[in-house]
Amino acid sequence: MLGYYINLALRSLRQNGVLTVLMVTAIGVGIGASMTTLSIFRAMSSNPIRDKSSRLFTPQIDNYGPGGEGAVTEPTSDHLPMELTYTDSVALMRAHRARHQVAMYATVVAVTPPDPRQLPIQVPTRATYADFFTMFDVPFEYGAPWSALDDDGAAPVIVLARDLNDRLFGGANSVGRTLRLNDQEYRITGVIEDWNPMPRFYDLYSGKFGGPEEIFMPFTRAVAQRLPSAGMTQCLKNPGTGPDVLLHSECVWTQLWVELPNDAAVRAYRSYLAGYVAEQRRVGRFGWPARSALRDVSQWLGYNRIVSSEVSVLLLVSLAFLLVCLLNAVGLMLAKFMARAPHVCTRRALGADRRAVFGQCLVEAGVVGILGGLVGVGLMMLGLHVAAGLFSGAAVALTRPDGGDVAIALALSVGATLLAAMYPTWRASHVQPAWHLKVQ
Amino acid sequence: MEIIPIVSALRRNKGGALLIAAQIALTVAIVGNSLSVIRQQLTQMGRPSGLDEDNIFTMTNRWVGHPADVAARTQADLAALRALPGVVDAQAMNSYPLRGYGMNWNVMLKPGQQPSASRVAVYIVDAHGLRALGVKLIAGRWFRPDEVGGFRLSDIGKSWGSAVIVTQALAQALFPGENALGRAVYLTPSSKDPTVIQGIVREAETPYAANNIKGYGSDEAMFLPYRFASDTVAYLVRTQPGRLNEVLHSAQAALFGLSSERILDEVQTFAETRSEMYRPDRGLALTLGGLSILLTGVTACGIVSLASNWVVRRRWQIGIRRALGARRADILRYFHTENLLIAGAGLVVGIVGAVGLNLWVVTRLEVERMGVGLICVSAIVVLLVSQLAVLWPALRAASVDPAVAARNI
Repeated sequence: MLGYYINLALRSLRQNGVLTVLMVTAIGVGIGASMTTLSIFRAMSSNPIRDKSSRLFTPQIDNYGPGGEGAVTEPTSDHLPMELTYTDSVALMRAHRARHQVAMYATVVAVTPPDPRQLPIQVPTRATYADFFTMFDVPFEYGAPWSALDDDGAAPVIVLARDLNDRLFGGANSVGRTLRLNDQEYRITGVIEDWNPMPRFYDLYSGKFGGPEEIFMPFTRAVAQRLPSAGMTQCLKNPGTGPDVLLHSECVWTQLWVELPNDAAVRAYRSYLAGYVAEQRRVGRFGWPARSALRDVSQWLGYNRIVSSEVSVLLLVSLAFLLVCLLNAVGLMLAKFMARAPHVCTRRALGADRRAVFGQCLVEAGVVGILGGLVGVGLMMLGLHVAAGLFSGAAVALTRPDGGDVAIALALSVGATLLAAMYPTWRASHVQPAWHLKVQ
Repeated sequence: MEIIPIVSALRRNKGGALLIAAQIALTVAIVGNSLSVIRQQLTQMGRPSGLDEDNIFTMTNRWVGHPADVAARTQADLAALRALPGVVDAQAMNSYPLRGYGMNWNVMLKPGQQPSASRVAVYIVDAHGLRALGVKLIAGRWFRPDEVGGFRLSDIGKSWGSAVIVTQALAQALFPGENALGRAVYLTPSSKDPTVIQGIVREAETPYAANNIKGYGSDEAMFLPYRFASDTVAYLVRTQPGRLNEVLHSAQAALFGLSSERILDEVQTFAETRSEMYRPDRGLALTLGGLSILLTGVTACGIVSLASNWVVRRRWQIGIRRALGARRADILRYFHTENLLIAGAGLVVGIVGAVGLNLWVVTRLEVERMGVGLICVSAIVVLLVSQLAVLWPALRAASVDPAVAARNI
């Protein structure tokens, strides 16, 4: 029966070409517009490290106290600083209470290419610990991370990103070779494959250098060299003077991530963190009941509201747009089904019941939905292309539609069209058979 | 008017009329809110930075390694830049308007007090700043060469010197309704030494004026007199009119001629800086504008198709009316009045919905309240489009042959 209905539906759609084209266009345009923004929204709010998201945590410490409410500028709910002081990062690293823990910050270095014909370049760099690569499952093309001994000894070692290795060494295995950073020799221990999590969950605020970080070096080395932070530095009070000022101040500028394998470990770490904060209060560093927090990756992304307000506005507008397109399709289907009232009457007179007519109309709507969905997927591709041009440089430009987006588009199209078809179908199946037959 | 028969005819066609009214309501609500967001973006993008934007370019200089004589090298660079043909003046700065990042500082009215203005953008300039930036000094005077001190980033906060030049916006924030010139402010909590406001410029935007970060203003900035020296420094060069691109190239060549142990980055005209910083805002405005036009078009199509359907179904009644003496104009007027009634109902719901949506959006996202003017404009536009859309079906209805009435009896 379904095959027969589909056959009927195709015939009927061909019969009234203009109405069909209008319907498919209305649904396609609505799906295209809403799916363009929905896939941008999905890309921006997606979890960049889904597999380990619930095992990776970042702690926050209330070192600003009650005066911090005005100082924390980002739209957080609890006014806790978004980063840690150097003091706290180092203390939590030394305590070693998690399976893995890495402190880090963003910096920029000047690189002198080995080829003397190339000019020096500046490269966004992450100062961190060797465990970074293990914790975040960073894949290596050549070599391996530096060792824990290198971390302890503030050794001049680095890991390169593939892209930079291609530019400097023509893509050759550069492990063991040296590179001049800020006029000092650094030994290359590894080259990682393309890896640039979007959004960069482990440091959402590393300033204007939003591109991929292409050099990784020991945190201890960067601090020993006093490499300045290229990320966000926030101070509640005047930090004072001197080159070591940021190391001893209450300014926040470092990030810390820990890996906790199970709930018991999370509970243990929470209580350790609370204890650490209480201890800091006891020794007189905090004059207030200081709070602390521990959030996993998805909680952290939600807490930081990384989906920009522009995208939210667009999502809202385009969903309303889809609604208008569907209302439009309701009107068109109403016109179409009512125009076919005589056919329906003939079928009813020949013995088809209302359910059969209802089913037949729904099948026709489903076919329209699929066609509209295909048009919508095409328009979504076009829409994302246009968006990439308009917003180039922003995260929007990096949105690529995946299979999930296409599946959502088709499902949304068929589902919404079937929903829109309910009223016209109901009307069509309640046509009085005798009335129309009389006219014929 | 024939309102009563129209209404009674509509009551027999509730479904279709409701569909059109709902589409019009949604369209007005969305177009009104979109226009409001677009106007907000355009206002922000059109704000002047205070600089002589047409004739300024900037570049970021980073020394390779940590040379010990950064201050001397910076002064040599500046001397070379200022000597170039076509250059009006050049300035070494920590940041500049619309750069996207920079330094900010608190300003207090009494030592040890809570800040009276916080997150004030700090620009380090020397005696050339006024000419190099092209800002308009509206009171007081600029720094003299002998008032400009040496500076290292590591000295931040030790003392900010005895003189400061502020923007008018900052002056008003610190001393509302009073003359700020010559007044003392305090820039370091620990110090008792006042810093005197010795000049006021009309405007100078902050580095993050385009970023829309909560708590960071767009126009509260102050200038402090130092010879800026750091591993990374922003050079701002103002050229004679029409020589911007020529100097942009000769300046880089001149700096590399002095020393090649450097990286020049972010070399761009101020126009490029502005365009890059406002790209998301422009993208949003264009997208919302495009969606609004598309939406109005979709609604118009819906009106055309539904009205056409009604014309087909009412051919017989129309024929009878024509046979009974109604003129074509009467038929046209019938359809336009009908559309007016439906659209009017939709508009009332739409305006209420638009205001409601706006109130909700304002609390959730960083957009401003919508003006009454904009909602009226969008309502009128949608009404006109709706009346225009019904014209074609109405003309078809008006051309129904009165003989139709006779045929189907």
